[in-house]
Amino acid sequence: MTGWAKKLIVVTTVAAMAAGMAVSASADDVTLEFQQWWGVELPDGALQELCDGFTEETGVAIELLSNPYADTKTQVAAGAATGTMADVVGLDGSWVYDFAKQGAIANLSELMEADGYDDSQLSDQITYEGSTYMIPVVNFAYPLYVNLDILEAAGVKDIPATWSEFLDVCAKIEENTDAAAYCIPLNTEAPNGIQNQFSTWLWASGGNLLSEGKPALTDNELLVDVVELFKEMKDSGYFSDGVEALMEQDMVNEFENGRLAFMVDGISHLTTIKNESPDLNFTYAPMPKKDDYDGESGMDVANWGIGIAENCEHKEEAMAFIEYLMSPEINAKLAQLANAFPGNSNAEPDYSENDERFLQAFEIFQNGYAINEFTGAPTAEDLMRSMNEQLILYFDGDTETPEDMLAATQEAWEAAYN
Amino acid sequence: MNAKTKKKLLPYGYLLPTIILMLILLVIPILMVIDYSLYDNVIANKNPIFVGLSNYASVLKDSAFWTAVSHTLFFVIVSIVAHMFIGMLFAMLLNTRYLSSRTKGIFRTIYALPWMFTASVIAITWRMLLDPNGVLNYFILFFHLSEEKVTFLASREIALQSVTLINIWSGYPFYMISILAGLQGISPDLYEAAALDGADSVHSFFGVTIPQLKPILISLVMLDFVWTLQQFALIWMTTGGGPVNATETVSTWIYKQGFTKFQYSTASTGAVILLIVCTIIGIFYVRHQRAEE
Repeated sequence: MTGWAKKLIVVTTVAAMAAGMAVSASADDVTLEFQQWWGVELPDGALQELCDGFTEETGVAIELLSNPYADTKTQVAAGAATGTMADVVGLDGSWVYDFAKQGAIANLSELMEADGYDDSQLSDQITYEGSTYMIPVVNFAYPLYVNLDILEAAGVKDIPATWSEFLDVCAKIEENTDAAAYCIPLNTEAPNGIQNQFSTWLWASGGNLLSEGKPALTDNELLVDVVELFKEMKDSGYFSDGVEALMEQDMVNEFENGRLAFMVDGISHLTTIKNESPDLNFTYAPMPKKDDYDGESGMDVANWGIGIAENCEHKEEAMAFIEYLMSPEINAKLAQLANAFPGNSNAEPDYSENDERFLQAFEIFQNGYAINEFTGAPTAEDLMRSMNEQLILYFDGDTETPEDMLAATQEAWEAAYN
Repeated sequence: MNAKTKKKLLPYGYLLPTIILMLILLVIPILMVIDYSLYDNVIANKNPIFVGLSNYASVLKDSAFWTAVSHTLFFVIVSIVAHMFIGMLFAMLLNTRYLSSRTKGIFRTIYALPWMFTASVIAITWRMLLDPNGVLNYFILFFHLSEEKVTFLASREIALQSVTLINIWSGYPFYMISILAGLQGISPDLYEAAALDGADSVHSFFGVTIPQLKPILISLVMLDFVWTLQQFALIWMTTGGGPVNATETVSTWIYKQGFTKFQYSTASTGAVILLIVCTIIGIFYVRHQRAEE
């Protein structure tokens, strides 16, 4: 046998083996990468356990890529830019517009339709140009956290329900304690203080940042009032020191350490706060409303959303995985574990083992309506950052009036919406 | 292929793995970024339009970019000068003959510690130190150095100085170790000869030490210039470029353009400008190294 003939036999045999392996590939060989920050925030191993249930049902393996929120965001953005996103990705509503516009995440409406999935059971869907790109798996409300010991030390008996009551309580806290009354983290690295600690006041009094999906910051009297309220709090020294450099975690630390009387934060932090400060005497309360407002309150919500990468080679299996997470039983379990509200309207989480404060927050949530105008907004983080910067300029006196501050922000926002 | 050609090609064969790696990890990404900078917007826009150098014109007209440039220059120049001063001071202390080698070893380790920490650890540590409720403010109030707490990272007036201070702290050990190595290589004969000529310690320092260290010092300054120019993690994790844009540097400006505004072409343009500056410094560095040889 000549050398060429030997080579031919070897090449043919290797090719045949490779072809055989390819043909025998089935669902058992499919592994989906699932990149998210949820695994870090859930109890150890809880997410893996839920995913293992899917593997048992379908044979499709799930490889979890769990990192803190900020790292996940950077990795997802980098993956979107390079077309190397993980198959299934945890999404924040504020990222959807940009990733959908880039074509980095898949159109879930098409996938749901192809799979015959009944989407009426989903409590919400985040859309871009009429199609769904993100499904909120669980929702987190942002109520007002209240340190009852600080209130008692300040001689306050009732939790404030209106802006003027809130300012009165702040004055007493300032006068009688060493604690700060309120905190808005304004570090530009993560400017979501604008969403969670500023806009919540507007939404709680029935206000809006947008009108018909477009920025409506000018000629918005209630928003002017909110800006003035914050200016008054800042000038009166009611805020934690150095809010301009604080991050959300710093605010939580201040609250945990008993140096902050009120904060607006997600109930997802309840377990952490309880574990890290077991003696902290705190409760949840509805956001104070503007004095003359007696309508329904909007409550800021954030969600753990889910989407599929456009570069995913197993979209069918990825959609099956999303349907599994959104099934009433699994979704209820996830919501219970995460101290959150389910994304499937048919899910009935058993909250009996959850902290009673969670149930209190749930009640507050049910008495109002969920709102977050940054969800699905274009370059949402940049919108928050530009308002953040303008708010600091107003605090510092560089901008004279709240109207000027809002006009400058409107100009920046319009550029993003056009 | 004859033996002569084979012999000629053999060295290139040995170099091939490195060349392939450099192509994939260095040359191709750089060319891609340069290419991106010539389109209206890439990645976010599926059908980008070639716009030539107009992105460069826009970036160079952008006042926010020039603010970032001025902050970067302050950050880089102050960092380099302070690194040099502290590095030299500590290296001379560690090179003294008045301390035992054991004592010097302990201090060498202590002084070198900041160099061992990653940017995230440094950022977290300094954020805690500089916090209005942090240790530094405790001492400031305790010793009545100020009537009220100093908001180091939250004040637009001093935030840039504060992040520069953090960078100085994290970067001086590199100078210290390099200068110390240089000092230990200077022959004692030179100092003895200088002493015989009547030189005091100041004259010896400027007449012997500095000229002997000159090649190391020039290399250090050039490397530090490039590294500090690109410093991102430390600033991002402490202030995020704020308050407002008080600590915005070119690197944070580029990041925001790319990852929050999704203007990848503008970000690429900024990156290319930074690349050009670093390349010029790099050329000087290589020329200097060659001249030394």
